[in-house]
Amino acid sequence: MSDQPKAHSDGLRVTGLTVVYPGADAAAVDAVSLHVRRGETVALVGPSGCGKSTLLAAIAGITPPQHGTVAFDGEDVTLLPIHRRGFGLVFQDGQLFPHRTVAGNVSFGLEMAKVPAAERDARVRELLELVGLAKYHDQAVENLSGGERQRVALARSLAPQPRLLLLDEPLSSLDAELRFRLAREMQEILTVTGTTAVLVTHDPAEADLVASTVIHMAAGRILTAG
Amino acid sequence: MNAQRARRVRPHLVWWGLAALPLTFLAFFFLWPLATVLWRGLTADGSLRLDLVAESLTDSHTLKAIGTTLGLAIAGTAGSVALGIPAAYALFHLQWRGVALARAAASVPFVLPTVVVAAAFSALVRRGGPLGWTGLDQSLWIIVAALVFYNTSVIMRVVGGAWAGLDPSRIAAARTLGASRLAAFRHVTLPALAPALASAASLAFLFCASSFGIVLVLGGSRVSTIETEIYLQINQFLDLRTAALLSLVQLVIVAVTLRVSDRARRSRERSSPSRRLDGTRRATRRDVPAIALALGALGLINGVPIVALVERSLRTASGYSLQYYRALGEEPARALLPESVLMAAWHSVTVAAAATVISSVLGLIVAHLVTYRSRRSTAIDMLVAFPVGVSAVMIGLGLLLTMNRNVLGFDLRASWWLVPIGQSLVALPFVTRTLVPAARAIDDRLRSAAATLGASPAKVWALVDWPLLARPFGVAVGFAAAIALGEFGATAFLARPDAPTLPTAIVRLLGRPGADNVGMAFAAAVLLAAVTGTIMFAAERLRRVGEADL
Repeated sequence: MSDQPKAHSDGLRVTGLTVVYPGADAAAVDAVSLHVRRGETVALVGPSGCGKSTLLAAIAGITPPQHGTVAFDGEDVTLLPIHRRGFGLVFQDGQLFPHRTVAGNVSFGLEMAKVPAAERDARVRELLELVGLAKYHDQAVENLSGGERQRVALARSLAPQPRLLLLDEPLSSLDAELRFRLAREMQEILTVTGTTAVLVTHDPAEADLVASTVIHMAAGRILTAG
Repeated sequence: MNAQRARRVRPHLVWWGLAALPLTFLAFFFLWPLATVLWRGLTADGSLRLDLVAESLTDSHTLKAIGTTLGLAIAGTAGSVALGIPAAYALFHLQWRGVALARAAASVPFVLPTVVVAAAFSALVRRGGPLGWTGLDQSLWIIVAALVFYNTSVIMRVVGGAWAGLDPSRIAAARTLGASRLAAFRHVTLPALAPALASAASLAFLFCASSFGIVLVLGGSRVSTIETEIYLQINQFLDLRTAALLSLVQLVIVAVTLRVSDRARRSRERSSPSRRLDGTRRATRRDVPAIALALGALGLINGVPIVALVERSLRTASGYSLQYYRALGEEPARALLPESVLMAAWHSVTVAAAATVISSVLGLIVAHLVTYRSRRSTAIDMLVAFPVGVSAVMIGLGLLLTMNRNVLGFDLRASWWLVPIGQSLVALPFVTRTLVPAARAIDDRLRSAAATLGASPAKVWALVDWPLLARPFGVAVGFAAAIALGEFGATAFLARPDAPTLPTAIVRLLGRPGADNVGMAFAAAVLLAAVTGTIMFAAERLRRVGEADL
């Protein structure tokens, strides 16, 4: 990989990515190319059904693309299974593991990475501190409110220090006031941790608040980069 | 592109690799035996003989058995519907103190082994029973009553489930438009319940038409249906061809019923709302007569036979005592049983344990395979459900006809393993019916979340799927164990005469003259009911706790 040109070795590079769902006439994602520099947060904004979530799923490896490539730091990961990509993903409704506690959820990725128990505990505490939920350490996740769930989901995704964090409408299920506050917090957390991130949202205000670059999407294509 | 190909192909290889186990098992122990039975029925000396088929089919004896089967099934279904709808209303739509207990009690019949139900109704109408004077013993009516006993709980649970989830605002809308309570029921509630009712009724019809133990015990020599006729042809006349042909007729009846049931089920799934609504209503003073009537009717048909069974298991020539229960452990007369009833119970436990392991392991694999809906998963789902349509008697007969030889170096002739294999085929559809919805209910994004956190597919299964499936799996294991313990249809063909199971021992005792034998049979039936009842109760508790958690 060392002989790759320098231009390709910085962050996420999506090239000509096309996703067609079986039986669909039009491509959900149509030859999209995208570049996210390391440490940068890019927001994908567009109406529902414009393909922004599908694009995110294809980057994560959940939905296989028909054409195009996904690369990170020059490494082509298009064929890599989800769990070997090192990309974190936060869903709209958290998707916390119902059979694990708050701490159990956050430590999941660390367990997968075989981080030693002592180090793991420290990291879980640190992250819960970061999202302001230290006191919920041993709570069952079903007792949490919507906002708290999303914070746990964020902490869980950040714990194994993913090289790229994908956020799929992470705040959409929350009410307006909470959304604003959490968007602020999220921006701070992403900056503090220096995380490279792609945020998908239908809310332009949220995109402006969290991301440094906002990209508009419609009908599976990118409209503006700017 | 080779890597791309490999990546696309690998999940399919894993899928088919896993599917190989249940597919091989079913092909070998179910499809092949079934094909053998059909072949035997349609051919003579290796060639198709439709003239012989026509001759056998128009035989008055055969025609009578077919007519009796259909008549009993229709009467049993009608009675179950008549009793099941009010029960669904009183126990599922209405909320009142103690309703959960009443619901549990009303569901008991469904989990009782057929042999126990047969023994209970026999205790009622046999000479010396509370209804012994009516002459109902070995009549069609007592069989219908037993079928109603069995299937009312099916109707009640399915229709009740739909009723409890019925959108109350729909009824309110009708009422605000000027409909009376009765009119709202007729024009809104009933049409909304119709798919569930049709689905439950066809299920009840299927159970009635393939009911074997009940007809065999209660009908005696006077009533014969297709199923008991198959047994008779094999056991007494060794006429494999007629037995196989009767199986063919049974298969047609079952296929038609399943088709109707499947259509009803599909329209039920369409009409049921995606989100679960609370359609229950707190009972008021005005509902008391309805509840009392439903409970009274249920108590009469469910309670009285059970009480009669227990009473007669305790009533001896010299007053009430535990004499018959003590006799269960004693060595019986040689001609009666080869060994004590308790030994038979021990056989039952070991055989059922093996059957439970087979069906729950296969069920878990199948549940994993069909989690995602696709054409191949639908196919395997249907294949696994197939044995429910093919009666237990046919499963037993098929295994008996096919496995009487060396297979791949294993001598399966009269092998101990045939019984657990037959029982596991009977239990498997129930295991998957419990596990598949639970597996499909797990949000796939939960698995994606685990994968993005670095979990491999195997780890995802172990750390996400399995913890969420553990409870339903416990329920399924309980179901399988209870079904295997009480299984009679297949076991009757496969259990060796020198090693009876508890159900086959009970039927043998009931068939012998003498108050002592019958009394022992009643005591053994109480024992069987207690064991299966305990297992089912534990499983149901597990289910309820599980639901509260998720």
